[in-house]
Amino acid sequence: MNAMIKYFVAIVALTAALNVSAAADLEVNTPGINAIKQSMQTRHAQLAPYYDSGAVGLTADGMIALRDAGAVPLAQRQAVNALVAAENGDRSALYAEIAKANGHPEWQAEIRSTFAQRWIQRAQPKWWVQSGGGWKQK
Amino acid sequence: MNRIWIAFAGLALSACVTINIYFPAAAAEKAADKIIDEVWQTQQTDKPAAKEAK
Repeated sequence: MNAMIKYFVAIVALTAALNVSAAADLEVNTPGINAIKQSMQTRHAQLAPYYDSGAVGLTADGMIALRDAGAVPLAQRQAVNALVAAENGDRSALYAEIAKANGHPEWQAEIRSTFAQRWIQRAQPKWWVQSGGGWKQK
Repeated sequence: MNRIWIAFAGLALSACVTINIYFPAAAAEKAADKIIDEVWQTQQTDKPAAKEAK
């Protein structure tokens, strides 16, 4: 009986140790993630004026969207659409890449929703963010 | 014989616990903040406490 108690204690200790290691930081420093980050950083300089003007807003699903095409001069509209599409492509890839880098591709949706909340929370004043199905200015 | 079955049950149960690793929400938030800072080139002026190693 004593041996069995020891056995169970060992099992509990082992699972506890595994859970602790799983709760550590997420791996975000891989060549794939860094490349996407770099690309998004470069693009942000071009996107920032559109966030400021309210033409582009942050969506509730961790993406960005053209919310007010009227705020963009006709000549720039195509360029903005291309920027938004490229940014969303990078964002999807980023969420997938983080999930993969941590050995849990199934975490992608949760990573996306975590980012969605943080992008919105960290958005600068005057920027438009999606909340409760509608757009709201920070 | 009975003991072996109990041991197997314990093993099976612990395997469930280790396979279903929960999503580390706090770590994900920290990782998101780090990446957002780099992409937007912002410093966390509103949250200075979070400005450490990772």
